[in-house]
Amino acid sequence: MNGLLAVADLSGDPRRRAHDRRMQRLLGSSAFITIIISALILFVLARGSIDFLKSIGWDLGVLRDSSKAPGWFPRRERFDLITIVMGSVLMGSIAMLVAVPLGLGTAVYLSEFAPTRVRKILKPIVEVLAGIPSVIVGYFALKFIAPNIVDPIFSPDQSRNMVVAGLAIGVLVIPIMASISEDALRAVPSSLREASYGIGARKSTTTIRIVLPAAVSGIVAAFIIAVSRAIGETMVAAMAGGRDGSGPRVLDPLEPGLTMTAAMTNAAGGTDQVNSGAPFQVLFFVGLLLFMMTMGLNVIGDRFVQRVRQQY
Amino acid sequence: MSTSDSPQESVALGGGADVSTSLAQEQQMKSDSMDLPIFAVRDLSVKYGEFRAVRDVTLDISEHEITAFIGPSGCGKTTVLRCLNRMNDFIDSAKVEGRIDYHGVDLYHEDVNPNEVRRRIGMVFQKPNPFPKSIFDNVAYGPRLTGGMSKADLNDLVEKSLRRAALWDEVKDRLKASALGLSGGQQQRLCIARCIAVEPDVILMDEPCSALDPIATARIEDLMQEIKKDYTIIIVTHNMQQAARVSDRTAFFTTEMNTESDRRTGVLVEYDTTNKMFSVPSDERTEAYVTGRFG
Repeated sequence: MNGLLAVADLSGDPRRRAHDRRMQRLLGSSAFITIIISALILFVLARGSIDFLKSIGWDLGVLRDSSKAPGWFPRRERFDLITIVMGSVLMGSIAMLVAVPLGLGTAVYLSEFAPTRVRKILKPIVEVLAGIPSVIVGYFALKFIAPNIVDPIFSPDQSRNMVVAGLAIGVLVIPIMASISEDALRAVPSSLREASYGIGARKSTTTIRIVLPAAVSGIVAAFIIAVSRAIGETMVAAMAGGRDGSGPRVLDPLEPGLTMTAAMTNAAGGTDQVNSGAPFQVLFFVGLLLFMMTMGLNVIGDRFVQRVRQQY
Repeated sequence: MSTSDSPQESVALGGGADVSTSLAQEQQMKSDSMDLPIFAVRDLSVKYGEFRAVRDVTLDISEHEITAFIGPSGCGKTTVLRCLNRMNDFIDSAKVEGRIDYHGVDLYHEDVNPNEVRRRIGMVFQKPNPFPKSIFDNVAYGPRLTGGMSKADLNDLVEKSLRRAALWDEVKDRLKASALGLSGGQQQRLCIARCIAVEPDVILMDEPCSALDPIATARIEDLMQEIKKDYTIIIVTHNMQQAARVSDRTAFFTTEMNTESDRRTGVLVEYDTTNKMFSVPSDERTEAYVTGRFG
């Protein structure tokens, strides 16, 4: 080889380059299809919602049942949105009452107190819990939480009620709360802990006064994402919540109730199935509402997660 | 180091004991034992798991002096420093052998509370590590731990500590501002103020200037000279000129190849007055290091 090269000398094997391009196109189209599917879901929800609004003549007053016994009875064309929003909010709140202390406690223990060996065992267990199908947690609610915890303590009229479902949804979101909070706590630089120990602070003081405040945005993120998951949870709410659309304009969580999600599954099959008209179309409207709620919460949660990343 | 006179002092380090008597005893100890070293390190070895980081360190550290630990990377100088206030307790695999007496008390005695040790033996770290809190709250953090201080007293203490750390004039108008807004040098002086605020006996400094520019470094060095009459300072530094400038005594560590494990272990080569170490060192390895021929 003397002196100058030709471009061809450096252009490599054309077959390999063609292979590279094919690969890139294949992977790119997978990503593209995912986006299309998401857009399609949103489109179907929006179209159904508009159909519903058309069929009620854009009269949003329909969504607020002012009769003596208000409720969510779509087959009778009674769409009291407050009933099912209330159901979601109540069960979600009960769930967070369970998930925040247990999830945050687990996170603090794993991140700050557990010896390395214990953490190595415990962390995977927490993560496995996150993968349990919710139908199993639903049966756990019916066969354990209701007869062994809620019935003996509160003796409700019916074993399937919002407390039972809320507690079980709480169990379901503990791992989310724990795992995201733990990430946030571990992201707090150890130099801050050392600074605190170096002045003679105890471990618990250091955790409360230094580590938790430094991780607060990540913990808020964990909370918001857990809330969004709790509101979106369907199976447990439908199995253990009582599925009663006449419930609660009164705020009694020991009553059976209906969440937005359970209201949608109710109408999807079985004897309550509806296939057309406003009773069917309203489901799309509820779905769109739910989608916007959970997506909004996720976006806000993500903001907080980003803030943690920027901080250090 | 005799151990016969240690029981009362170990009660004082145990934490819960009556503070006034323990302080009185401490004063007593100090006047009785001006010739006693503040730290007597004997045959100190530290292992991380199977790896022996440093072995057989024996040295005495005197009160109200600045002692510098110098040596190449991996020679164990920071490891030894962190043994002096039991900072190595947080490393699961670390195992400390040998003995360290602090004012005659075995620091690793089972009844010694490491938090009490660290309150008396403060630490300033390599990278400035202010808490993400206000300047005031950073300095007040230590005093608030023990509590029982009136607001006015706390304000005075914060001011006093910031003045001692030569930071007061720069921050007095923005005590409520975040400490993270300070420059690196200011942050490090804030960390020194935070350490001083708990009125420690000893300040350990782990390469406190390695993240700072020369001007900020000079300010910290001046500050060390300022405060050494009240505190005993032990500084780890990579910078030989710094050791020569600020310290009264210098300990030179180096690494030795361990024939069995084929890994390097830190050893103390020589420990003497800084003057002697830098002019007529008795070990040729020290001479080679301080003249810049290796390391």
